[in-house]
Formats: sequence, C-alpha cells, structure tokens
Amino acid sequence: MVSGSSNGTNAFEMKDVGIFYGNLQAVQGVNLTVESNKITALIGPSGCGKTTLLRSLNRMNDLIRGCRTEGHALFHGIDIYDPETDVIELRRRVGMVFQKPNPFPSSIYENVAYGPRVRGVKERKKLDEIVESALVRAALWNEVKDKLNESGLSLSGGQMQRLCIARSLAQQPEILLFDEPTSALDPISTAKIEELIIQLKQYITIAIVTHNMQQAARISDYTAFMYLGKLIEFGNTDQLFVRPKNKLTEDYITGRFG
Amino acid sequence: MTSLSQNDFPPFETVYKKKRNLKEGFFISLIRTLGFSGAVILLVILAFVIYQGVHVLSWEFITRPPIESMTKGGIFPVIVGTVLLTLICMVVVIPVGVTTAIFLAEYAEKGWLLNSVNMSIYTLAGVPSVVFGLFGMAVFVITLTFGMSLLAGSMTLAVMILPYLISTSEEAIKAVPYSFREASLACGTTKWQTIRKIVLPTALPGILTGSILATAKVSGETAPIMFTAAAFFTPGVPRSLFEPVMALPYHIYVLATAGTHIDQTRPIQYGTALVLIVLVLGMNLLGIILRSRQRVKKAW
Repeated sequence: MVSGSSNGTNAFEMKDVGIFYGNLQAVQGVNLTVESNKITALIGPSGCGKTTLLRSLNRMNDLIRGCRTEGHALFHGIDIYDPETDVIELRRRVGMVFQKPNPFPSSIYENVAYGPRVRGVKERKKLDEIVESALVRAALWNEVKDKLNESGLSLSGGQMQRLCIARSLAQQPEILLFDEPTSALDPISTAKIEELIIQLKQYITIAIVTHNMQQAARISDYTAFMYLGKLIEFGNTDQLFVRPKNKLTEDYITGRFG
Repeated sequence: MTSLSQNDFPPFETVYKKKRNLKEGFFISLIRTLGFSGAVILLVILAFVIYQGVHVLSWEFITRPPIESMTKGGIFPVIVGTVLLTLICMVVVIPVGVTTAIFLAEYAEKGWLLNSVNMSIYTLAGVPSVVFGLFGMAVFVITLTFGMSLLAGSMTLAVMILPYLISTSEEAIKAVPYSFREASLACGTTKWQTIRKIVLPTALPGILTGSILATAKVSGETAPIMFTAAAFFTPGVPRSLFEPVMALPYHIYVLATAGTHIDQTRPIQYGTALVLIVLVLGMNLLGIILRSRQRVKKAW
C-alpha cells in the first residue's frame, strides 16, 4: 500500500447501527466507516455510547445480557450480526485492548502465546517466532526478552498494556480496537502507547475510544464525535478539530461541556 | 445556621494529652479474650487427646489389627477403612462437584431457577449428617442393594459433602476476575476454551483448598457411615467394594459405648482419636498452606 495516500478501502462500514441495553437505547442511527490502515478515534462525553459502539465491532456486547444490536455492521462486506457469522473468527481478526491492562496470571511468554496455542500451534519454534514478533511490534521485546518466563503481572502498568497489545497482535488481527487504553496510565506510559499505536497503523487498522481529546487530535486520522448515543460529526481529525461543522462538536472540543 | 470555625475548638496545647477511653479499652480486651479463648479451647482438646493417647501410639498400633475382642492390638483395618471411604468418596465427588460448579457459575442462566438451586445447595450443606446417613441407608443400602458396604458408605459421604464442594468451587470460579474472561474471549476463543485455559487454572487453588477441607470433613464423619458402611469388627481389610469396613470415628464410638471392656479399651479409644485428629489436622494444614500460596500469587 502506498503510504500517504488512501486507497479508500474500508475495514468497517456501519449502517444505521442502533444498540439497546434492554429498553435503553445506548446508540442510535450511527453511520460510520473505519478506513483501512488508518486510526479512527471515537470521542465524546461519558455515557455517549462510544465504548458500546466500539464493542459492537467484535461483538463483545454479546456477553452483556439484554444487549441487542440493530442495523448493519459490515466487515469485508459481510454483516457481522448475521446469525451465520462465526464470532470466534471475527474476534480473531478484530482484536481488542481494554481500558485496564488485563494480562493473564501467567508468564509473559504464555500471555502472548495464548491465542495461537488455543488455535492449535504446538511447535515450540513457531510459537517462539510468533511471541517475539508480537512483542517486537508492541515495542516491548527489548524490555522483556530476558524475562519471558516471569509473570505478566510483575510488569508496570504501561508494560502490561503493551503486553496486552502484543497478546492481541499474536493473533495477526486485521483491526485492533482500543477502549481508552491509556486512561489508567501515567503520561510517560501514555506517550509510549500513543507512539506504538501510530506505528501499528502500517500493519493494521485501528479504532480507538478516548475521553482525551488531545489524544484523538495527536494520533488519529479520522475522528467521530458522539453525543447522547448519536454520531454528531465525523471527518478528518484536522478538519474536525480546527473547523468543526456542528455547534455541539465545537462546544465539546473547546471545553464548554463534557 | 452557623458553620464551625477554629474558635469553636479549645487550643491544642490544652487538649493534646492522649485520653484514656474506658469503653473502648473494655471492648478491645473483651474481643481479645474471646478471640484467644477459641484458640485455647482447641489447644486444650488437642493437648488432652495427645496426653491420653500418645503412649499407645506405636508402629504396631497403626500396622496391626485389633485382637482379643478389640481390647488389644492395633487399628490397621480401621485406618485403611477410613482412608478407603474417604478416597472413593472424593474420587466420585470432586468431578461431579466441580462440573456442577462450572455449570452454575458459567453456564446457568441467571434467574429464579439458578437462585433456588443455589439456595437448595446452601441449605443441603447445613443438613445434619445423620439425615444423610438415613438417606444413604434408604437409597444405597436398601434400594440399590449395595448392602452395608464400603461403596454405600462412600456414596453417602459423597452426597453429604457434595453441596459443600459445589459451593466452595463455585465461589472460587466466581472469584476469577471478569476481565480475564473478557481478555480471553476477545482473543477469539470459545467459552469452553476460556473456562479450560484461563478460568479453571486461576480458580484451581481455591477448588483444591475446598476439596482438601472437604476430605478432612469426610474422614471424620460418623453418622453417615453408621447405617451404611461401618462394621463393629472385621478381621482384616476389605477385599471388595461390597464389604463393610471399620472406620476411625465409628471405632471410637463403638469402643466407648460397647458396654464391656470400656476401661480396658480407653487407651485405644484415645489412640484412635489421636490418629484421626492428626489425619484431619494434617489435611487442614495442607489446605491452609495452599490457600496462603494462592493469596501470594493473587496480584491482580
């Protein structure tokens, strides 16, 4: 792919997506595209539905009882909410990194090898390669290469989060969803994660939910502003932050509410 | 309404001395006394049994069968009986209990049905063991025609301890953080893979602790085996599942209430009690060690 110019392919296309928790509508009528090999940020005040929308992309909302999704979310042109869709394969291709770093209580190596192992990779050499390349891509290899057998829980918060990113990368995902990945981290760890996310763009597509507008402005190519479950404005990050078209967007990014 | 100001309080130099609070002191010493008395009572019982029983303990005592109407000799078949009863019981009950706990914690739909099942399990865990003994006699001994036997006794003990094992395993499984499950599922694994690879290994120390404490409880029970397995006397160790067995708690009961030779057998009674206590304490100790190791590992 030629860098700098968009080839216009979309990783995700959401058409009129509505998400309900029981009778409560958390997201309504969202039309949004997530472009391949770009970073798309979802911003908005607490409770605006941005996390709910993100979690609909790998169907993590399925785990919440009484949650139901309407409309269409197309991945490779296929509706992921089609009853025929294999959720397991979808989640292998659409990875997720959570708000609070959540490594498993096992070694660093086992954390990263987890997905491939479950999927039947047994050969030690192959696993070693997968683990190393995932840790390298997650910018953690140099810090942990001598202590791969130590517990993943012995790392610092920022390292744990990069370990979780490596764990997702080991699945060779096409898209990585980040749900406020730095909200539990200090500024230095945050900067490292942001830098890492920008680097990852060359391999994969990224969608990130953040409550931090500066973060969205710093790293994303496209930004979607949500408010009260609706998508208010979506566009190029530069344009949205400099010349917002909607009054609500302007009020939010200038700090008048939120 | 006026708000408080600094002037409402006396100057610090007039009040800085530590005050003696009688009421607080009283309650602290009361709690301390009660707390210690629990340990003291346990130690007194233990010391008493050790004092009375330790001189009959010998290699012969634990490796020889009883002789001369059980007034002399050892308790070898009695120990073997208890070990077999406990072992068979746990081999049956652990798979059933843990599987049930997995189902209740992970698969069962939340609602009134699950609530009432859980409520029944908690209630069953509190039913007196003699009731399980009668149940075991009715079901295993009579209906299933096992007769008074090792098998009937083990099954009765299994039924008795099942609710306890289910609830401790269920608690251990529920204590695994939700974020682990979420992380695993987001890696594209199935629910069963997540349970097998992440949830169960994380819950294992808790499940093991529960199992060991259950084993300790089972090995000391008298009432459930009284009508289902325990023999007054058998010449040797059982050769099949369908033979009655001698067991430590029942042996003490028999010797102490036999009506004849009570005084001659008293040392044997204490010796048997000591063996039983050592067995139960040993298993509890193992459980405690496992639990404390689990606490160290729990860094999340």
